[in-house]
Amino acid sequence: MANTKGGPVYTGLRKIPDRVLLLFAGLIYLFLYAPIMVLIFFSFNSTKNTQVWTGFSTQWYGELIRDTSVFNALKLSLTVGLTATAIATVIGTLTALALSRYDFRGKTFADSAIYAATVMPEIVVGVSLLVFFVAATIELGIVTIIIAHVAFCISFVTIVVRARLAGMDRSVEEAAQDLGATPVQTFLRVTLPLILPGVMAGALLAFTLSFDDFVITFFVAGVGSSTLPLQIYSMIKFGVSPVINALSTVVMISTMVLILGGSRFLSRGENA
Amino acid sequence: MGKGGRGWSLGLAGLLSPVTIWLGLFFLIPLLFILAYSFGKSGVYGGITLGFYPSNYLKVFNPLYLEIIVRTFVIALTNTFLCLVLGYPLAYFIAFKSGRHKNILILLVMIPFWTSLLLRAYAWVVILGGNGIANRTLQFLHITDHPLDLIFTPQAVIMGMVYSYLPFMILPLYAALEKFDSRLKEAAQDLGASRWQTFWRVTFPLSMPGVIAGSILVFIPSAGEFVIPNLLGGARIVMVGNLIQQQFLEARDWAFGSALAVMLAVLLVGAIMFYVRRVGSEKLEEV
Repeated sequence: MANTKGGPVYTGLRKIPDRVLLLFAGLIYLFLYAPIMVLIFFSFNSTKNTQVWTGFSTQWYGELIRDTSVFNALKLSLTVGLTATAIATVIGTLTALALSRYDFRGKTFADSAIYAATVMPEIVVGVSLLVFFVAATIELGIVTIIIAHVAFCISFVTIVVRARLAGMDRSVEEAAQDLGATPVQTFLRVTLPLILPGVMAGALLAFTLSFDDFVITFFVAGVGSSTLPLQIYSMIKFGVSPVINALSTVVMISTMVLILGGSRFLSRGENA
Repeated sequence: MGKGGRGWSLGLAGLLSPVTIWLGLFFLIPLLFILAYSFGKSGVYGGITLGFYPSNYLKVFNPLYLEIIVRTFVIALTNTFLCLVLGYPLAYFIAFKSGRHKNILILLVMIPFWTSLLLRAYAWVVILGGNGIANRTLQFLHITDHPLDLIFTPQAVIMGMVYSYLPFMILPLYAALEKFDSRLKEAAQDLGASRWQTFWRVTFPLSMPGVIAGSILVFIPSAGEFVIPNLLGGARIVMVGNLIQQQFLEARDWAFGSALAVMLAVLLVGAIMFYVRRVGSEKLEEV
């Protein structure tokens, strides 16, 4: 096989070690997907049993739709997710611009703080925010959930947008300014459209992180407000039920559609 | 957008003030709060007296708590090791042997990566539960004649963790292997190295950045994990995350809870720095 440019090359699966590798890869994929498939399969079971197949039914989906606490949790999750994503995307994009365009005293500290926010264990972030909110007598609820979600999303947006800015050709910006555009015009008409795929990818990441977050939300939610993950957790604690299987199926398929749709949309943006 | 440059300016201050306020107020200051609380003394009704009491940190050496801390690190390390051993061959397969199926295969790793960790833990609660599929399969195969205690064991916790964190290992490994220049492999083989030697002396050392990134991405959240041991370990397999949660929400000993949280954060950051330095410097010697 011609390989003059380097990079990985497809050498076929003629040799025995390669066949062992293929078998191994198949088993890993089975391991990754079988539990999810079992979960989805039993969401269509006709009895309350999540273990023994008794026949096909969609009754658990009907029960799910009628469950008002699930519906309220979904509403809260969407409100929190959209609000936190909007705020975190704006702040993260501004931060990425500052970090990639300026050299300033304290930049190393800013970099480490942003990196630390991504690697700090969630449980530590969760309890420290709980302590802080209680000490500051801020009532736990939707506001504290949004504040916490923005705090952990900013860093991820910053990292994604900064990567996009690093790959950008700055001469277009200079050209715009030479032609008399103000800094704000340059940003809105030149820079922003060019980094938009990165900003959208950051927003998508932020929304997914917010929508899925359990641990931090668990500590800052207080008693009255349940996001979807909190609702699912209390349902699991209450006992295994095919309704949870049905809810899992809906959540997993929605996430999949969002990610697949998002990545197609983004790859179109990359090519443009 | 200004042209950027050195030093502070009005534009830079404008760009940085939102993040400074938000992360300062809602990330860094709360961390200082638990640091202060960790040296405080909890009152009977959950109140706290600030001061300098090292007793919360000394409490950690109580054998009961020490056992939980050791268990946490053993489980997190085992999980990281298993993810590496299982994830590496798959990442290698996708990067070098999958041909035109490469994109779909990597997408199949990304889907579970994006699926809620809570739901993936729930899947194992169902499978390993009392009369679950795992137990019925074992009985069907006549490996056992009565249902075994599969859930609420260390093995169940590790199983749930490997299942949850495997994609976090595969993706950075694949990213590192994908950049690999195959001419290096050819060169090694032209010089008489066997496939095995080529792998251990060329491919593996060059994939080290992926190994480091993947190990950090798996080790940190699994050492701080609280959902998986809660659902699959129950009251028997308690990890530091569960202990912290108990101090804050049940025992209401916020001073001890804060000390545990501070310790977990310091140990994890320390472990990462040590790991990156050690493995990183060995990698440099190799090159």
